[in-house]
Amino acid sequence: MTLQKKDKTGALIGLAAAAAFLILVIVLENTLAPTSQLFVVLKKGAVYSLVAVSMNLLNGFTGLFSLGQAGFMLLGAYTYAILTVPVAVKDQVYYLFGGSAVKFSLPDLFGGLDTPVGLILGVILAILLGGCVAALFAWLIGLPVLRLKSDYLAIATLGFAEILRAIFQWQALGPVTNGANMITQIPTFNNFNITGPDGKVVLYLSAFFPLLIATLCIIVIVMLINSSYGRAFKAIREDEIAAEAMGINLPRHKMLSFCISSFFAGVGGALFAMFANNAQAKVYTSTMTYEILLIVVIGGIGSISGSCLATFLYVACSEWWLRFLDNKMVFTSTMQPKRIAFIVIFAVVVIGGAFLLIRRERKGPGRMWAEILTWIVALLLLGWLGYFIVTGSLNVPLMGTGFRMVVFSVVIMIVVLFFRQGIMGDKEFTDLFLRGKKAIGKEGAK
Amino acid sequence: MLKIDELKVSYGGIEAVKGVTFEVPERKIITLIGANGAGKSTTLRTIAGLVKPAHGRIHLQGEDITGLSPDRIVSKGITLVPEGRRVFPDLTVLENLKIGAYLRKDDLTDDLNWVYELFPRLKERSWQAAGTLSGGEQQMLAVGRALMSRPKIIMMDEPSLGLAPIVVKGIFDIIKEINKQGVTVLLIEQNANMALKIADIGYVLETGRITLSGTGRELLSNEAVKKAYLGT
Repeated sequence: MTLQKKDKTGALIGLAAAAAFLILVIVLENTLAPTSQLFVVLKKGAVYSLVAVSMNLLNGFTGLFSLGQAGFMLLGAYTYAILTVPVAVKDQVYYLFGGSAVKFSLPDLFGGLDTPVGLILGVILAILLGGCVAALFAWLIGLPVLRLKSDYLAIATLGFAEILRAIFQWQALGPVTNGANMITQIPTFNNFNITGPDGKVVLYLSAFFPLLIATLCIIVIVMLINSSYGRAFKAIREDEIAAEAMGINLPRHKMLSFCISSFFAGVGGALFAMFANNAQAKVYTSTMTYEILLIVVIGGIGSISGSCLATFLYVACSEWWLRFLDNKMVFTSTMQPKRIAFIVIFAVVVIGGAFLLIRRERKGPGRMWAEILTWIVALLLLGWLGYFIVTGSLNVPLMGTGFRMVVFSVVIMIVVLFFRQGIMGDKEFTDLFLRGKKAIGKEGAK
Repeated sequence: MLKIDELKVSYGGIEAVKGVTFEVPERKIITLIGANGAGKSTTLRTIAGLVKPAHGRIHLQGEDITGLSPDRIVSKGITLVPEGRRVFPDLTVLENLKIGAYLRKDDLTDDLNWVYELFPRLKERSWQAAGTLSGGEQQMLAVGRALMSRPKIIMMDEPSLGLAPIVVKGIFDIIKEINKQGVTVLLIEQNANMALKIADIGYVLETGRITLSGTGRELLSNEAVKKAYLGT
């Protein structure tokens, strides 16, 4: 049947793209300087894309609006950290509590962090256990909470995540969680760089490792979504009553989706601990959940490739591309080419952007307020530029610490106001390649 | 085949069905007619397991299925085509049909072909999102989706709702055809004329109780029915 053929081609294209990306990462890692900001983006992007996809599974495909992602990440991160601090440094890490209550460490059980087996097996087992703990808690919390719908479910899961954060900072649990202090000295992505006998790195794999894990997990999620379970999830999202009438057991399938989503959030949390070099409860705030939610919305609710794409764009913007906004920009003279270039680029971006947005509104939905808003913002920005030119100032006004977040927020507002479907809508990138074939399949079906 | 015994259902203290007893013999078309709020939909929803009865028993081929969960009831062979069609709008026609067969683990090819034979229009549109279909096509899809579970009894809640008369006629022809192929049909309708014409047995439901019963033809010529439901 054409259906299976199309699905297979799509899967093959997806796999090939993932493999090509992973190979490219290895090549880049071993040619560029390891300090490049690119690798921070790749590592954090790997973690966030996995968590974003797990959230999309729940919010986009099953239609359960949950905001507990940071809580499940915290569970994964702490499980990972507690199980991997090497026995030799436990007293040092837990010095405030006179050593740890957990007397073993998974990598040490398999021969220590210096042996490949101990490292790979120990770390991967700890990551998986992190996911399992998150899934277990999801099951427990899901029993009462999944009876709720939409906003109520979101509030309940958000509250759950906040409670977890408080509990993990509780001094009484110090021997396990190290109280309000962070758990350090855990194996990180850098442990996966292969070093030669002289202590120099022979092969960099520190960005490849998280990307590999994230890719594998996302492949599992995609397979789940394309299975009959995935179809049942989508049916629940579209119409609960009809889904129930067709024999889909609602509580069971909602729980399944919730636990699987949380499992992968837990795995993501363990990876985040590796990325951050520590596990620290106060990092996993609701802000983190909102960041992930934002990524899911920007990428397109119900699109896996949209979530991945949006993650890397988001992380790259926040960690790299918009960094320059946080530094003061100072010119040496009013006629300096750099200053003129800045003025021209700024004007072109503002006028061009406003023009495109207004044209889009006139062609499409034609929302009056959107057009007026665009005019106001564009005029304000141009006024600001005019002020900069007229006064002949050598300092770009407003630029400085924190300005990055202002610009970033404005960009996000524009996306949410004008491109509500997100980058991909509910399409996948493989659809782009298959568009021609799909049309043929349709003709054939007739 | 299906026996409903003294069924009572309440929604938060208000009794919607007040002791309904009727029987659905195998391979027949049974229809429940009645005004809005007579309890027709509630009766069907209770048989499908979506609502729990307050009192009474439901037996399928001698087996007590009262209070089972909806998925158990579907796997026992009773499927409901819900009121207002309720297809999954963003899924394709094919995906909709596959969800109908969700509880079955065997090969679906034969049944897909069967449904496509009954509704050639669905085959043409198998790649289309169900939300883009016309009302009549959506009703066909809702029926096809229910048939994918290979039901012994298919229950239809107002299949003619909001459809043009010519489309309604098509739907009723299909119902007869499905019945001929061995599926028992339990139909509820406000369009009493159409329903009684194809029904073997009809029941009249009034404010939660059955007040009249007989063959479709008998009820069509009954004066009280004529006055209340046929408008002649």
